[in-house]
Amino acid sequence: MSVVLEGRGITRDYHVPGGLFGGAKTVRALKGIDFKVEKGKTLAIVGESGSGKSTLGRIVALIDPATGGELLIDGKPVDITKARPGPGMRSRVQMVFQNPYGSLNPRQKIGNVLMEPLVINTKIPAAERRERAEAMLIRVGLGPEHFNRYPHMFSGGQRQRIAIARALMLNPALLVLDEPVSALDLSVQAQVLNLLADLQDEFGLTYVFVSHDLSVVRYIADEVMVISQGEAVEQGSREEVFANPRHPYTRQLFAATPVTDVEAIRARVARRKAARGAVTA
Amino acid sequence: MALLNIRNLTVRFATATGSFTAVDGVDVSVDRGEVLAIVGESGSGKSVSMLAVMGLLPDTATITADEMTYDGRDISNMTRAERRRLIGREITMIFQEPVASLNPSFTTGFQIEEVLRVNLGLSKREARARALDLFRAVGIPEPEEKLRAYPHQMSGGQCQRVMIAMAIASKPRLLIADEPTTALDVTIQKQILDLLMKLQEEYGMALILITHDMGVVAETADRVVVQYKGRKMEEADVLSLFEAPQHPYTRALLSALPENATGDRLPTVSDYYSQEAGR
Repeated sequence: MSVVLEGRGITRDYHVPGGLFGGAKTVRALKGIDFKVEKGKTLAIVGESGSGKSTLGRIVALIDPATGGELLIDGKPVDITKARPGPGMRSRVQMVFQNPYGSLNPRQKIGNVLMEPLVINTKIPAAERRERAEAMLIRVGLGPEHFNRYPHMFSGGQRQRIAIARALMLNPALLVLDEPVSALDLSVQAQVLNLLADLQDEFGLTYVFVSHDLSVVRYIADEVMVISQGEAVEQGSREEVFANPRHPYTRQLFAATPVTDVEAIRARVARRKAARGAVTA
Repeated sequence: MALLNIRNLTVRFATATGSFTAVDGVDVSVDRGEVLAIVGESGSGKSVSMLAVMGLLPDTATITADEMTYDGRDISNMTRAERRRLIGREITMIFQEPVASLNPSFTTGFQIEEVLRVNLGLSKREARARALDLFRAVGIPEPEEKLRAYPHQMSGGQCQRVMIAMAIASKPRLLIADEPTTALDVTIQKQILDLLMKLQEEYGMALILITHDMGVVAETADRVVVQYKGRKMEEADVLSLFEAPQHPYTRALLSALPENATGDRLPTVSDYYSQEAGR
């Protein structure tokens, strides 16, 4: 299997400028992260807010540069501080953001949303651009009749389908998904997760899936990386990490995740009854 | 007798395109010391029915109900003064966005003392002492310092603890929590839920928990009401609901949980409905 994405000792510093009440500080948001993702696989990056998981997602998506370390895409080092990624690189890596309400321009028709990456990165003629956009709308479960509509006319789940369609317009190899379902209702979440699974099979896509939700990660991931305060505290296959979490932080995350298991509920109800009996007795 | 009893509640909103029914004939009742979860997706009307009880809906809302009683007293016909004595003292509420629920211009100590002075008639000195006790009760670290802190200097979890401290200040008999942990990380969510359950036991208060999260329901509720598009789909004790859900919508919701996935694909609610219709 070929490795699509590799990171070696990725670090990222944020400089907080000094103000009226203090000097400048440097915050190290990522402290040397290593990872590899093979073609057609999903790497899930799990962490809580402030862990650096989105920072890592943005570095992989070539939006923000890493401060140190090496990022390799298809085995070739990429450094966006030296040269802006060209159309070739942009059409390898695309991103889907968390909030489908904020990530679509409210004044841009859906058709133009989908055609814009082609206008910028390719020389495809207008008629073919339109054809491709319509085909992609159908592929993500919408229809050609949605071409001339505006984002406000769609529900959250539909907008996330549009955001996914836009990311796929350039036939990327790698898709970075930053919490793509956390703003969606449970039933819509299931539809979007199914769509992502289908698209991965169809186009042989590689996913980097940033999430805080362990039940979603368990469903979609092949490889899991748990990060906490900028460090990868646990890395391994989904089976390893879920069956046998080694790091205390991972165990803490698992323990805090609510379980919907019937036996667990039965035990809790029994405990509560016992506690109440003790109070009234 | 139920503490809060609502029968056939309907809430309509006047909109530019006509009347919109957000809650359609819903019955809710909660007993003393009981934890009731109202679960539903966005647009299910789960928050609106409780906002109607609290009198927090805008003027565009028309509320009708066959019965709306708290402890045998009719809420719908109360004068404003009567309602004020009830709401904020015997019935209190906390919300989803703890940081937005607090006033950014005042210290948390000032805000909780204000509640204590207005609602309980305490003096300044008494209010300060009681505020400190409450901050300790909800597990805020360094409570003396935190009374002098502004909301932006505290984390989301700590702000929610402040909100809970305000809500339990008057020893309410009913606390309504509207998505209290949705904006929080999962480890913080666990702490806040544990705190709510502990206080609920200690104070013997009834708790209505509005949520979209089946995990939260499983970890807290005694009884569950499932709502969809303004209607009640199912009501059951928590174990029966998860063990043997009766309504197709509930079954669909539970099977859409990623942890319940059996095959490669997650069943979706629409899959379920088309299946049911095909039978």
